[in-house]
Amino acid sequence: MSLSDEVSVERPAAKLSIRGVSKRFVSGQRSVHALDDVSFDVGEGEFVCLVGPSGCGKSTLLNLVAGLDLADSGQISADGIPINAPGRDRMVMFQEAALFPWLDVLGNVMFGLHRKPGLTDAERREVAEFYLRLVGLEKFHHAFVHELSGGMKQRVALARALAPNPRVLLMDEPFGALDALTREQLYGDIQRIWQQRKKTIVFVTHNVREAACLGDRVVLFSPHPGRIREQFKIDLPRPRDINSVELARHATAITAALKNHVRPEAEVAE
Amino acid sequence: MKRVGLAALFFAALFVGWELLYRSGFWSPVLLPSPLVVGRYLWEATVDGSLLSATLVTVKRLFLGYVFGLLLGLPLGLLTARFRVLADTLGLLALGLQALPSVCWVPLALLWFGQTEAAMFFVVVMGTLWSVIIATDNGVRNVPPIYARAARTMGSSGLHTWLWVIFPAALPFIVGGMKQGWAFAWRSLMAAEIYVTILSGFGLGHLLHYGRELNAMEQVIGIMLVLLLIGLLADKIFFSPWERFLHRRWGTAK
Repeated sequence: MSLSDEVSVERPAAKLSIRGVSKRFVSGQRSVHALDDVSFDVGEGEFVCLVGPSGCGKSTLLNLVAGLDLADSGQISADGIPINAPGRDRMVMFQEAALFPWLDVLGNVMFGLHRKPGLTDAERREVAEFYLRLVGLEKFHHAFVHELSGGMKQRVALARALAPNPRVLLMDEPFGALDALTREQLYGDIQRIWQQRKKTIVFVTHNVREAACLGDRVVLFSPHPGRIREQFKIDLPRPRDINSVELARHATAITAALKNHVRPEAEVAE
Repeated sequence: MKRVGLAALFFAALFVGWELLYRSGFWSPVLLPSPLVVGRYLWEATVDGSLLSATLVTVKRLFLGYVFGLLLGLPLGLLTARFRVLADTLGLLALGLQALPSVCWVPLALLWFGQTEAAMFFVVVMGTLWSVIIATDNGVRNVPPIYARAARTMGSSGLHTWLWVIFPAALPFIVGGMKQGWAFAWRSLMAAEIYVTILSGFGLGHLLHYGRELNAMEQVIGIMLVLLLIGLLADKIFFSPWERFLHRRWGTAK
């Protein structure tokens, strides 16, 4: 198998279907109704952002799609195949980069590849180097995790998620802890990589502007219980600039809807 | 190099101070021999081979028991962290026995095994085992759950996750426990060697004991210096490289 086969984008991006999904968390006396009868589809190659205040179940839904948790009822499938466990066709980026400190940058990116059968070690290395180049970290193969800035850590996490060549990328507020400037760079990178690599992306955020900047579609959630309230199509040309006026218009409309649907005391980030 | 020089200077000053105290004649030379006399004892004991053979006997006992305790303690610690039933039983036992001064195992070992190598081995294993179990268990419980979740999304599960994610993530705690286990093992072995004569081999503890019996203070102090040196070397050879590795990877110290 050659590098070009391994990193090819020939396989179509997956289509996700979420049907009547409910999920409840019980801890002690308290029971949290995280998701209540949520249904929507994500098209092949679509970039969908899930927005809502804390506790609206958007991260819960992402974990269900990842297969890290199981729904109480309803079904989630990728290309018609029900999801009930994690799989290499759906890779996750977490808010904390969750990189392994005992491995260097290259080792972290290769971790997922080690579990992928049918590759020699040399091929795995080549693939990892390919993705580190893609995220602009080709000079940091042997750096340790603590030596990286927050933005660089998330770039490594992105390369690690891309390396097994998944069809779906699931991103759980991956830029939440970064400064504004670093975030803006990453908005550019993620749009470029999404287009080049033809991925389906589900992106969770509480930042409305971020959602409008990245998503083809923004799905608005409200909490207690977590439900879908509204969906917004964003048909601005790409690459988008987070500071553009049209984008701000979309964001304003979504923010207004959000305030409408959410009780005033619930915390809402701008 | 500068740091080595400083250490050398410090110890040289200690020896000079010691010699000056000796020359002041304040204490009887039986209680405080000159460092030169201690040096001569060490030299003679090295030449006649008794020091080397005692060192070998002691280090071998320590090494065998320690490695065995480690090989037993690491998996047991992983198991107590993994299974609640083991945590509530074996984990509790380990917690209790870890607090027990390991020299307390000596009378029991003597009654069970007699004055044999097995008794020494048993004492060293008991010194090592419990703190290694506790440290491993504690280390695993402190691994951020996000590591295992991230690994699961990348196709890792079961034993693979334990070996390649949980275990390395717990290493800083585990190395701390290994160091503590070593210290406990070393102390209990010395106590055992001073306490009982094992005919199959005379260790450093016996030389120390006979030094006292013969009122040979130069032997007592000389052996103590050797013990100190072994402790230092073990730290520098076995533990320092690990700790350097961990600090470099985790970025925890300069």
